[in-house]
Amino acid sequence: MGGYYHSVTLDKDKCKGCTNCIKRCPTEAIRVREGKARIIAERCIDCGECIRVCPYHAKIAVTDPLSSIYKFTYRIALPAPALYGQFKDVSDIDYILSALKSLGFNHVYEVAKGADYNTAFVKEWLKNKGIKKPQISSACPAIVRLIQVRFPELIENIVPIESPMEIAAQLARQEFYQKFGAREEDIGVFFITPCAAKMTSIKKPIGKEKSTVDGAISILDIYGALNSKIGDLQEIEGLQRASAYGVGWANSSGECAALSVERYLAVDGIQNVIHVLEEIENNKFPDLDFFEGLACVGGCVGGPLTFENGFVAKNRIKTLTDEMDKYSLTQNEFNAAKNSIRWEFTEDIQPKPVMKLDDDLTLAVQKMEKMERIFNSLPGLDCGSCGSPNCRTLAEDIVQGEASELDCVFKLRERVKELAEEMIELAEKIPTGRHGEDDSK
Amino acid sequence: MKRYIMEHTYSIEAGNYAVAGEASSSIKGLLKKLGIDGGIVRRMAIAAYEAEMNLVIHSVGGSLTIKIAPDELLLISEDGGPGIADIDLAMEEGYSTAPEEAREMGFGAGMGLSNMKRCADEFNIHSDAGIGTKLQIKIYLK
Repeated sequence: MGGYYHSVTLDKDKCKGCTNCIKRCPTEAIRVREGKARIIAERCIDCGECIRVCPYHAKIAVTDPLSSIYKFTYRIALPAPALYGQFKDVSDIDYILSALKSLGFNHVYEVAKGADYNTAFVKEWLKNKGIKKPQISSACPAIVRLIQVRFPELIENIVPIESPMEIAAQLARQEFYQKFGAREEDIGVFFITPCAAKMTSIKKPIGKEKSTVDGAISILDIYGALNSKIGDLQEIEGLQRASAYGVGWANSSGECAALSVERYLAVDGIQNVIHVLEEIENNKFPDLDFFEGLACVGGCVGGPLTFENGFVAKNRIKTLTDEMDKYSLTQNEFNAAKNSIRWEFTEDIQPKPVMKLDDDLTLAVQKMEKMERIFNSLPGLDCGSCGSPNCRTLAEDIVQGEASELDCVFKLRERVKELAEEMIELAEKIPTGRHGEDDSK
Repeated sequence: MKRYIMEHTYSIEAGNYAVAGEASSSIKGLLKKLGIDGGIVRRMAIAAYEAEMNLVIHSVGGSLTIKIAPDELLLISEDGGPGIADIDLAMEEGYSTAPEEAREMGFGAGMGLSNMKRCADEFNIHSDAGIGTKLQIKIYLK
C-alpha cells in the first residue's frame, strides 16, 4: 500500500521553528525549513515525543471528534485500560465505563478484556518451537514502526498476534450483533486512545489490510465531559469484565506480568527501548524469551493524549488491580474466540529502511565519505540552528541535496568574515586620485 | 589485491568499560547507512561487538578495522598482546580466561571466538604469545 498517513501533524501557525522537536525525535524525522518544522513522512513513527516536547503546542495528534460517532446507527466504545487511571477517587471501573457509555454509545467493551484474550493467544504462540528469541511484543504500535525503520532485522522477532484493541473490536461487534442483530455496516467501533500511534494503526494498520476499528477518540478530548458525568451518574451498569491482568496492561510490564513468562524484559520510554533493541540486535541477551517495549514512560498511562500525570495514573491502576480478580480466560471463552475472530496477523510486517544513504553500495560509500568530510568541517556543537537535529544529520542532508553548508550559522559567519576581509583588501587596492598622481610622478 | 572502497579504523582501549561497545555500534550504524542487507549487518555487528569486547577485556589495547568492498566486508582486530597461548582451546565454547571483573559484568562466558566464527564466511586467527593477536572476519555481500 502506497502513501503515508500520520496522526502526528504540525499546526504551522503555532510553530516558531525552534529546535525542541528536531532534537527529541527518535528517527530524526523532523527538520526546520524556512522557519517551520517539517515532518518527513517516511520516517515518522507517530510516537508522539514531539507532541510532548513542543512548548508551543504546534505538534498535534489528529484524532476523531466525539461527534463523528453519529455517522453510525449503533456505536461501541473501546476504552484503553489507561483511561482507568485518569480519574481521582474512582474505586469502581464501572463508574468510568457507565459514564463513557452515556456520552453517546450503545455499548462499551473493554480493551482490557481484549488484552486477556491477547495474552491467551500469545501464550499459545510462545509454545511454538523454532520462533526467534526474544519474541518482541507488538502491543505498542510506535515500537513496531520503530523496528520497521531502525531495526528491520528484528521484524521476525515481533509477535504476530492481533493487538488487544483489534481483538476487542471484533468481539464487541460479535456480541452486539448477537444481542441486537444489527447490520455490520451500521455498527461503529471507536477506540478511546491515550496516543497518536494507535490512531495511525487504525488508519494504516500493520500486519493486516484493514482495521476492525472505525475511529479513535483522544482521552484528552473527552476527559472533561467524562469527569463531570462520573460525578453525576443516574445508574451504574455492570460493564467491567476484564481481569486484573488485562487492566494491568495500562502500565509498563503489565503485559509481561499477564503472560507470566520467566525470562522477560519490560522497558518503557522510547530512548530506553532503542538502547535495548540495539543490544538485542547484538545478541547481548541470548537467554531472553520476551521483550516488551513501550514508547511512553510508564507505559500507556504516560501516553501523550492522557490528562493525568503518568506516574499518578500508574499508581491508580496499581491500586485498582490490587483489588481485582486475577483470573485467566476460561477454556470455553478462548476456544470460542479462537474459532470466530482474526487473531493472527494476515500480512507480513515490511521493513522500511529509510535511514540508508543510497540503494547502490558504491554510491552510498561515496556519499558517506563526502558526509564525513563535511561533518569534520562543521563545528560539532549540535546546536540545531541549521534546522537539522545535529551536525552529522546536517552533513547527511547536504549530501542528499536537502540542505547547504551555509545553513550552518558558524559556516555562514566564517563566509561573511572571508567576504568582509576580501572587501577590505579590495578597498585598499582602489587607487585614490592623489595616489594615482603620486605614482605617475 | 582486493580493492576496498571504504575503510575505517577504531582504536580500542584496554579495560575501559565506559566506552566498550561504541566502536562496534558505530560500525553497525555505518553499515546500515550504507544500505547493506540487514542480516549481514547483524552478523557483522555481533562479530564486531565480540571482537571489541575481547580487545577491552583481554588485550593491552588494539584496533578494530572495517573494510568494505562491493562484494565483501572484512573486519580486522589487532592487538599488541598478550597473545593467545592455545588457540584451539580458546575456540572451544565455554572456555574463558576472562578476569573476575569482566565476569562480574556479565562478560567472559567463553563464547566470543566461537560466536564470531559462526557469523563469518571466512574466519582467520593468528596469535603469537607475548606479541599479539590478529583476527580477520570476512562476510560475503553476494
